[in-house]
Amino acid sequence: MKRILVGIKRVVDYNVRVRVKPDGTGVVTDGVKMSINPFDEIALEEALRIKERGGAEEVVIATIGPAECQQQLRTALAMGADRALHVQADGVVEPLVAARALLKLIEREQPFLVIVGKQAIDDDNSQTGPMLAALWNRPQVTFASKVELSDGKARVTREVDAGLETLEVDLPALVTTDLRLNEPRYVKLPDIMKAKKKPLETLPLNTLGVEAKQQLKLVKFEPPAQRQKGIRVKDAGELVEALKKKGLI
Amino acid sequence: MAAKVLIVAEHDGTKLNPSTAKSVTCARGIQGAEIIVAVFAAKPDAVAAQAAQLAGVTRVLTIENAANEHALAAVLAPQVVAVAKDCTHVLAASTTFGKDLMPRVAALLGTAQISDIMAVESANRFRRPIYAGNAIVTVETDPAATIVGTVRSASFEAAASGGSAPIEKASVNVELPTHTRFVSVSAAKNDRPDLQTASRVVSGGRALGSADGFKILYSLADKLGAAVGASRAAVDAGYAPNELQVGQTGKIIAPELYMAVGISGAIQHLTGIKDARTIVAINKDGEAPIFEVADIGLVGDLFQIVPELERLIG
Repeated sequence: MKRILVGIKRVVDYNVRVRVKPDGTGVVTDGVKMSINPFDEIALEEALRIKERGGAEEVVIATIGPAECQQQLRTALAMGADRALHVQADGVVEPLVAARALLKLIEREQPFLVIVGKQAIDDDNSQTGPMLAALWNRPQVTFASKVELSDGKARVTREVDAGLETLEVDLPALVTTDLRLNEPRYVKLPDIMKAKKKPLETLPLNTLGVEAKQQLKLVKFEPPAQRQKGIRVKDAGELVEALKKKGLI
Repeated sequence: MAAKVLIVAEHDGTKLNPSTAKSVTCARGIQGAEIIVAVFAAKPDAVAAQAAQLAGVTRVLTIENAANEHALAAVLAPQVVAVAKDCTHVLAASTTFGKDLMPRVAALLGTAQISDIMAVESANRFRRPIYAGNAIVTVETDPAATIVGTVRSASFEAAASGGSAPIEKASVNVELPTHTRFVSVSAAKNDRPDLQTASRVVSGGRALGSADGFKILYSLADKLGAAVGASRAAVDAGYAPNELQVGQTGKIIAPELYMAVGISGAIQHLTGIKDARTIVAINKDGEAPIFEVADIGLVGDLFQIVPELERLIG
């Protein structure tokens, strides 16, 4: 079956203003709204559009994390994914561990395309996609803003610092999504009901033969340095004077 | 074990990207480090000569191969791993180049990566921003492992020039994949300073109203010798091309002067400008969050203020 695998991550919702815990052991997540990482939502949307155009037969969604992640998998199923895989893991899952787990799912599901977000907005690592492509020994196209599939190949435009770069890769391949690839659809109520009946399989991380090894010790968390309070000026003339005083013009 | 840092040079075939000089400064924070800059290119000589001039660089290695004409992560990664064989650290700038390449390198080495290094505390302890810069985490790695990292350019000054490191050819015997092919790159024609490295940046938000509205910013920027940036909202609305986006998911910059015009100051935008020396905000809404971080704020109509500024600067 022509299958697309999409990886998603449960993260603190992008509208939440994150605060560091007073004891510096982490950030406050208790009682905070959690969502699908926005870039992963774009990844899922792209997979669904490819399927709707007839370019794929099945969209499988996967995540790695604690039991609560199933909320986000259900949301993904409501958006239109066909089935979900939940790799259960408690505690910190580093990108390399996530990539190793996703590789096991690739071996099982044999997708022709894997799509994930370019970064998760919690740890901002931007690593899992390329790590997975490396372990899989397949092409990667990161920061995609346009994906075109044709007969065993993908032509993908990516947003790079210089502008827009287009690469052609042989399938199977991995794509990571940038913001302007698409605008994800809204979930409708009837779809939420339907999603409850869609298959969701739970696989403990250790049954995949992947060790949840943490290589980086998180020593402490701190809030960022605050900027000094600034001044207000009345008009363009005062602004120019202020800039001159600072030696900036 | 003495630290030996390999920095993967970023370049366009002729010019060394300024972010590489910043990675060199980051590497100099690792005590006693030998710093090697590796230039992967089809014709590496010109870029290698520039890298050799960076103060603090011990050696420049050139890896000449027609397959290295365009920076393709899948092609470069196995070569980087081969060159980095006896290195303690492998670094590249946290640009789209480094973000694409380094996780691939880390995975081949089986090691964790430290993204966006903003401070070096020791050879195996670093600080980095998370949650769009709303928290800073200190991370420590196993000193026995090869440390792979990307360097947040905005956090480091560029290494001075004036060095004269020896340039050596390195040969790498690894099989390179052919499954990834470069097709094209379309860079906007731009005579202005590069946004990533400019000392002055004038940035516009959705309040500019249209791509046409942005023209007053370009005009002001030209007067100031500044680069032009844009908020995500302005880019999403099609007022400015995506490579001008400043913020968490765009470019993170640290100019001497940042002028935010008609930008309300969403968290993700502020993340991209936190390290600017002086932030000027011009916005008609005096309650906009941008004023919380601005050194100089001016409440008013940007369509009047910007042309007037241009006139006054003369």
